[in-house]
Amino acid sequence: MKKRKERIDRGIKVRSGDIFALCSWREMLYLAVPRLLPVVVCLALPLLLGVYWQKVLLSVAVFALLAISWDILAQTGMISLGQALFFGLGAYFAGVLNHYWGFPPFLTIPIATLLGGLTSTLLLLPVLRLRGIYFSMVTLIVPLMLVRVIEATKAFGGTEGLSGMTPFPSRWIELYLIMGVLLIVLFSFRRMMDSDYGLVLKGINDNDRSVINAGINIYWFKTQALFIGGCIGAFAGAFMTHVYMFVGMPVFALDYSILPIAAAVVGGPGTLAGATFGAFILVPMSEALRGFGGLRIVLYGLFLVVFIVALPEGIFHYIQRKYHQFERWVEVDK
Amino acid sequence: MLIGTIVYALINTAILSLMAIGFNLTFGISGIANFAYGAFYVLSAYGIWMMLNAINLPYPVAVAAAVAVNLVLGALIYRFVLLRVRGQALSEVIATFGIGLAILELFRYFGFVGFEYNLPVFMDKSFIIAGTYVDFQRIAIVVFSAVLILALWFFTHHTSIGLAFRGIAQDERTALTFGIDSDWVATLSISMGAGLAALAAVFIIPLGSISPGEGYDVLIKALAVCIIGGLGSTGGVIAASFIVGFAERFTDSYIGSHWTMIVSLAAILIVLTIKPSGLFGKQKELEERI
Repeated sequence: MKKRKERIDRGIKVRSGDIFALCSWREMLYLAVPRLLPVVVCLALPLLLGVYWQKVLLSVAVFALLAISWDILAQTGMISLGQALFFGLGAYFAGVLNHYWGFPPFLTIPIATLLGGLTSTLLLLPVLRLRGIYFSMVTLIVPLMLVRVIEATKAFGGTEGLSGMTPFPSRWIELYLIMGVLLIVLFSFRRMMDSDYGLVLKGINDNDRSVINAGINIYWFKTQALFIGGCIGAFAGAFMTHVYMFVGMPVFALDYSILPIAAAVVGGPGTLAGATFGAFILVPMSEALRGFGGLRIVLYGLFLVVFIVALPEGIFHYIQRKYHQFERWVEVDK
Repeated sequence: MLIGTIVYALINTAILSLMAIGFNLTFGISGIANFAYGAFYVLSAYGIWMMLNAINLPYPVAVAAAVAVNLVLGALIYRFVLLRVRGQALSEVIATFGIGLAILELFRYFGFVGFEYNLPVFMDKSFIIAGTYVDFQRIAIVVFSAVLILALWFFTHHTSIGLAFRGIAQDERTALTFGIDSDWVATLSISMGAGLAALAAVFIIPLGSISPGEGYDVLIKALAVCIIGGLGSTGGVIAASFIVGFAERFTDSYIGSHWTMIVSLAAILIVLTIKPSGLFGKQKELEERI
């Protein structure tokens, strides 16, 4: 019997395009596994890990959310160097609502998410017209400035911060809340970026002037993308406030800006899934390297350089390409 | 009080322009925002400290060696890292930022923090200028930055390499047709920017002490001055140094030292929002905003 090699995805693509007219279980599995894998992993991991690594998983999810928010902005042509702005605003809103007015977490988090998204959009609205590196510089500066303002005015606890927030009822609610939100955000915004709406956003990144030519108001679309990215970041911040039961100046720290970018770059920008994947690699790695202390950040820096130079597409794109190139043996038709 | 503030504001201006001139040179010529600039500054300071205290080299030799190391390192970073991501602004920023982060955090990891990490002043003496005590180091900074700016002006206007630099800055493709190798010029620009960072460290560090945090501060100050003045414009750097230098000193004297950083950051934000190419920037407007 003669055999030839056939790419698994070819037949599926020819037959279906994007309507899934699949012939066999194996083909369905081929398509479903990459989608189901993250869902299963995210839902099963909390059950399998010990208490310490559950905490790590929490910060993985938070950084994954920040990386997704960075990626949405980057796909719209806004390279942000200050995710800490979104994170910090969300954290402070939740902290203030809980500390001064005693709102419960399940009220503060949604309110802080929306308010954080709105405030960061308003803060960055004047510079929406800036492009490329100029926008990046502004986003780098704004969180630094907010830290100094809080330090100088001693508002919201000043350098001490606010403590004694209401914690979540149990750590399972904590874990499954953030895991659920991560999955929803990941899949729904991936879908959004593939829709016509997402196409406009990607168009702004590719060539903003031709999008203007098409009669589309790019500032309105950029504002919306900023609001979406801001809300995701603010949610992460508001959530962490209740986990740490503390909010203070560290929420505007450089870590919250650098690590999401590193995750997106290592995982592969432009897919959201890559950003999540990057967070799942980098954050546990940094935990494992905790023994090295400050040397972790050195390694981050070098990681960034190596990936930007050697594998600019990121790990996720690489794996995706290889998965599409899987082959199997089939019988040659007589 | 007022005259003293003005004298110190002038000195602050000289310090700021000395900090920013290297960053500005690199960006103005090759369009690369070298976010590792602060790391080069700190690296040379620690380098000189080690050569002075660990192997007891004479001071001039140590300074020359540190500048040379920075020149070589800058060129190497361009050849092995930046060359591969040239033209992609984001990748350039991330790559240089990553390098800077690695260098600065490495020093922090090895615990190079404290007042014993300091460079010697040139001459332990002070003068009275307009009723204010000013030490010799600060006068040296003012004189040196004036001389440096004049020298750079002469270099870019009256030497063939300097003219090639400006050619690449104005129009890279046309410069290529005249046989100017743009990669070589970009290598030189990064290398010289790093060298100037070392010189700035030699003059400015004796006023305080060396610490990794200093690297981030220098980067932010250099960014602030360059953005306000217009990236790539030497006149802009001088004007912006005056604005930021005076604003910082006056807020420090009359409002409070907490607010100095806020004033300069707010100045950046306002300038970027209203005129992104800066006060004197002649970069193409459409490329930075739309």
